[in-house]
Amino acid sequence: MRITETLRHILLWAPLVAASAAWAAPYTPASDADILEVLPARATDPRMRELQSLRAALARNPQDMATAVRLAHRYYDEVAAEGDPRYIGYAQAALAPWWDTPAPPPEVRVMRAVLRQFNHQFDAALADLRAAVQQDPANGEAWAWQAAIHMVQADYAAARQACTHVAALATPLIAVACGASVDAATGRAEAASTTLQQALASQAQASPEEQLWALTRLAEIDERRGLFAQAEASYRRALALGLADGYLLAAYADFLLDRGRAAEVLALLKDQGRSDLLLLRLALAARASGDTRLAAWKDDLAARFDAARRRGDATHQKEESRFVLGVLGDADRALANRALELARQNYAVQREPADARVLLEAAVAAGQPEAAEPVLQWMASSHIESASLQALAARLKKGGR
Amino acid sequence: MRAVWLALCLLLALVEAHAHKPSDSYLSLSVAENGITGQWDIALRDLDFAIGLDADGDGNITWGETHARHADIAAYALARLSLQADGQACRLSVPQQQVDHHTDGTYTVLMLAVQCPQVPHELTLDYRLFADLDPQHRGLLNLSAHGGTHTAVFGPESRQQTYTLKEVGASGWLSQFIDYGREGVWHIWIGFDHILFLVSLLLPAVLVWRGQRWAPAESFAASFWDVARIVTAFTVAHSITLTLATLGVVSLPSRWVESAIAASVVLAALNNVWPLVHGRRWVVAFCFGLIHGFGFASVLADLGLPQGALLLALVGFNLGVECGQLAIVAVFLPMAYTLRRHWVYRRLVLAGGSLVIAALAAVWLAERAGNLKLLPW
Repeated sequence: MRITETLRHILLWAPLVAASAAWAAPYTPASDADILEVLPARATDPRMRELQSLRAALARNPQDMATAVRLAHRYYDEVAAEGDPRYIGYAQAALAPWWDTPAPPPEVRVMRAVLRQFNHQFDAALADLRAAVQQDPANGEAWAWQAAIHMVQADYAAARQACTHVAALATPLIAVACGASVDAATGRAEAASTTLQQALASQAQASPEEQLWALTRLAEIDERRGLFAQAEASYRRALALGLADGYLLAAYADFLLDRGRAAEVLALLKDQGRSDLLLLRLALAARASGDTRLAAWKDDLAARFDAARRRGDATHQKEESRFVLGVLGDADRALANRALELARQNYAVQREPADARVLLEAAVAAGQPEAAEPVLQWMASSHIESASLQALAARLKKGGR
Repeated sequence: MRAVWLALCLLLALVEAHAHKPSDSYLSLSVAENGITGQWDIALRDLDFAIGLDADGDGNITWGETHARHADIAAYALARLSLQADGQACRLSVPQQQVDHHTDGTYTVLMLAVQCPQVPHELTLDYRLFADLDPQHRGLLNLSAHGGTHTAVFGPESRQQTYTLKEVGASGWLSQFIDYGREGVWHIWIGFDHILFLVSLLLPAVLVWRGQRWAPAESFAASFWDVARIVTAFTVAHSITLTLATLGVVSLPSRWVESAIAASVVLAALNNVWPLVHGRRWVVAFCFGLIHGFGFASVLADLGLPQGALLLALVGFNLGVECGQLAIVAVFLPMAYTLRRHWVYRRLVLAGGSLVIAALAAVWLAERAGNLKLLPW
């Protein structure tokens, strides 16, 4: 009778458990000294001081555009460094007097575009950027962002054109790297890699940030070409620069996961779980290596995706698709279909090689080759060189896993 | 120049920058005959940004620091939320504050006491929390009334929303119940594997195994009870596993489950041609029904389960499955009983039909176990 007893217990408690998942139980802490929350930085931190003084200055005069744009910029720097999206809202608030105006000054337009693209409003962002360079053709930032967004949308002709404008306004390393990114996506990966290497060698005085960016691109290009030792050397050089960069960590972690080196991922990303991106890699590595922390990370990620869904946020679909497929399980048909739907929705918005790969993987797992047709078309028309994409496409043609 | 670099550097981080979490608050309101109660969870980090909680500036917010500001927190929050019952303003107060954890950190929990001039038919909410500081902030409402729940998101574009509480109730349990019931019926009708399993077990119900061959059953009552036993056993069994799987107590890989379901159809059908089990087919129905329950569970999971109304969805879906099943039985039994004495029934329907079913299910089994695609549909 133990089974029926257990079942009765479950049936009684099920609605409560389901409810508490969404609304966990509040409590009163035991002691005044209990630390409830650790803020991203102390108030005395120089970065925080600068933000606070800018915020105070803007509060005294909210119409001061130069201060507003500077504060918004500084907040966006924090997003890039920490990956914390709360700063996006703070930056938007700084631009409040101009946010809903049809034709704000170019500086505001560029900043508004930056914040809009963060929320995947790519077309609205491009409209702002185009208007900004019409008003101010020497606005290098506006051209650079245009190049970036065109790359995400796989519009390589437009990206190349934006890069020619960037080249006239930026440092040599940036100029080369912008063009090389486009070349690498359009069938000239070898030349792009060579040019980037030469530029890195001749521009040794370039700032660490610029070097990090160029090295990460170089590593990705060589990784796609299947030159793994060369790619890894670039990743390691970029990491050795010692700058905090979530994207670099995620890219190198993916590289290691593909090489079956999950244990190194667990070491590389130790204590980086606050970022969804890096927690996803940790969970994938834990699954691959049988690490016992998998269960906790899996639950945490599921809760985060659920929280995003509840607020109507659809910018996590690529990561969620990988989560469903790679962490929850790929032998499960229902899960594979869910991953495929997420990958498909993501690919409708973003079409970079990483997005293509997620869709191919989900289509293979779900046994639905037709769902990956847009990726195959893009691969054919762009002439992208990518060992992993080509291998997946071949598997897809064979009709599944 | 730095700006250009920055922009390009973020080219990498363009869309990857999402981590941590944007700001949300969680507001739950519950309307009952004797009044409205509520709970409002607001992130300490957001409150610190708005009114400053970290008194000693050490980057840590303690319970002491929070506690000392409870009155300020309540005043700040309540100035940014208003409720109207049928157009008349309600008075909100916070008798108690506690804390709770969400995915992105610790939240203060405002227990809300709401006094309205009357029990409302229509409830209007005006939500402006952090609207000036963070336009990306969202208020996530969970409103329950008349046994139903309604969720909504408040933001700069949707600051004010009005709810007719009767509709919240209706959108709640009854319509959800019917929706899940309908899905259950639909699933048994389009789920050929379940139908064929049931049919395989029912085909011999109008016959008896006598002297190494099938002979017509003597009475309708005997056939009826045989069918009733089989259907009941199948129902009980799949209800058990459907419940366990939906509640997450047991979980099996769906590929395994789907393959086992196909295998169950093969075995049930072959048993009609070369009977190993004839008297107690309800036992077979029960054992294999356990597996079919897992199949139903994956369908139910795909539909998405309502938080807090899991049991409702489960019961609704299951009842739907039973109704669909009974409809099949109601058509099958009179026809089979009428035809049972005819050789066509025994030779063509029972033997031939069972072989066809077994062959089809064998192909399913190969497809599902090997993850292949053999049939064009």
